Amino acid sequence: METAVFIVCAAIVLAGALGVVLSRNPVHAALSLVGTLFGMAVLFLNLEAHFLAAVQIIVYAGAIVVLFLFVIMLLGVDRLEDLSVEPITGQRTLAILVGLGTFVLAVAFLLSSSIGPSGPQILTLDITDQSTYSNLRQIADVLFTDYVYAFEATAALLTISVVGAVVMSRRIARADQAQEAAEDD
Amino acid sequence: MMAGLSVLGVEEPFYDPLYHSEVGLAEVLITLLKVGVAFAVLLVAVMLMIWFERKLISDMQNRIGPNLAGPFGIFQTLADGIKLFFKEDLIPEQSDRLVFKLAPYLSLVPAFLVFAVVPVGGDFSGGDGRISLFGHETFLQVSDPPVGILLVLAMSSVAVYGVMLAGWSSGSKYPLLASVRASAQMVSYEAALGLSLAAVLLKSGSLSTHEIVAEQSVWNWNLWVTWVVPMVIFLIAATAELNRPPFDLVEAEQELVGGFHTEYSSIRFALFYLAEFMNTITMSAIVVTLFLGGPNGPDFTTVGWLSGLLWFFIKLMLFLFAFVWLRATLPRFRYDQLMDLGWKLLIPLSLGWLLVLASYDVAGDRGWNRGAAVIVSLAIMAALAGLLSLALRTARQRRELDPHGGFA
Repeated sequence: METAVFIVCAAIVLAGALGVVLSRNPVHAALSLVGTLFGMAVLFLNLEAHFLAAVQIIVYAGAIVVLFLFVIMLLGVDRLEDLSVEPITGQRTLAILVGLGTFVLAVAFLLSSSIGPSGPQILTLDITDQSTYSNLRQIADVLFTDYVYAFEATAALLTISVVGAVVMSRRIARADQAQEAAEDD
Repeated sequence: MMAGLSVLGVEEPFYDPLYHSEVGLAEVLITLLKVGVAFAVLLVAVMLMIWFERKLISDMQNRIGPNLAGPFGIFQTLADGIKLFFKEDLIPEQSDRLVFKLAPYLSLVPAFLVFAVVPVGGDFSGGDGRISLFGHETFLQVSDPPVGILLVLAMSSVAVYGVMLAGWSSGSKYPLLASVRASAQMVSYEAALGLSLAAVLLKSGSLSTHEIVAEQSVWNWNLWVTWVVPMVIFLIAATAELNRPPFDLVEAEQELVGGFHTEYSSIRFALFYLAEFMNTITMSAIVVTLFLGGPNGPDFTTVGWLSGLLWFFIKLMLFLFAFVWLRATLPRFRYDQLMDLGWKLLIPLSLGWLLVLASYDVAGDRGWNRGAAVIVSLAIMAALAGLLSLALRTARQRRELDPHGGFA
């Protein structure tokens, strides 16, 4: 049963990923990305990681891709781009090489790793320890004890980026006005 | 607290007892039956809800309302549905055909799925809400996932796609404007929705809807356990999330023709309509589950499971009535008022309230004076609110000084 779910979801994930790369329309690409994210959420469920699955949908599908779509709609980039010209020479060859390298490294790590499950276990072993606590509690335990500084640092990083975005958008507006005021004088 | 909880052992999340033993054909059939019944009940409920809303609002406006199809016009929705089925299905030439066809389903499916985690009945006062169905013990809800309430949040964020894509794919400017407006509104109010919900989770200590209801048995309702404020915030945010009046800027006819579904006709329009009313019903059911103890209440029937269902129905009707009442009473918000309310009032307030509740709990754990802890945290909150309003006033003055500044 688990293998069947895995095969179906993996197919959805791969099809979505291909859709992201191959769609000529940015909105279709974003939708394919949502398909991939949903497939991965079901894979998480298959591994008994309920909380990860829910967060995957809420954060990635519910917030991040919605923002992508927002930008696409508001900035009107939803027209076809000319893909025949390469903006930076050698960019595509390099991208293929780096992609392949990352793939090989990831597979090698998964197959040989001494941390966590390895080999065919990856497909079937539960991510969390089912015997003691619910996995929400396990995540909370780790997040607020071992990794509390990393967690706080992430929060600070997000706050800084929000403040930065506000400051930058305001400064540009002010520079425009200074120019306008100078022209008025 | 219930006795059934601790019997199960250490921290055992209590899943649906139907799946405790080996899952065979009978269990699968019972699950399918529950899904089928929930689906049918929801569809009939939508039909009755549309009739109820039209009838009630015409009473409030001194009109008669639908009165021809069936007794009291109760079959009016059915007649409208059949009419919509046979109307011509138009697809605008400028539209993105695939996405245009997909969008109504993206609205409808989340609306259905949310109802799956709502416990609609069961006896929570003595037992743990189990009922017996064909000799098998189970809960009176389609499914009880351990992350139940997160599923509700996830589905409400997925529902944004239906609105957003419908507007974009129509290839027409008013639907596009409406969908940008709608999705900005829904994304903003999701934050307030989630934060007010956190107060409930803090008190019940579980994400499972079944456990949240069980914690509230019999009179331990979250409405007063979390001191009323989270429920008020949740209701306001839910109304905005549902795009219902007074937050129905999405369908402001004077500005946007018909809103995001202007270009839709026939059965695809009917699907949006269905999703809208279904969302109203499921969201009311979620409010009842989270804050009013779901099917909890004094048993006034002789049949154990009936009283829970009746209590649930009574509480649900209360909210459905309130939603119609709001629509009849309140004028529509302006867009900047809507955003101000969400970002500058509801989100800070729900966050602050969560901290006050947490300070109360921590004071209890540490043996401090709980009243003092609450007063101190309220004072800190008041000081922060003062700072925030000072900052807002400064920002407003700056904006008035140079009208081209800021984000506009």
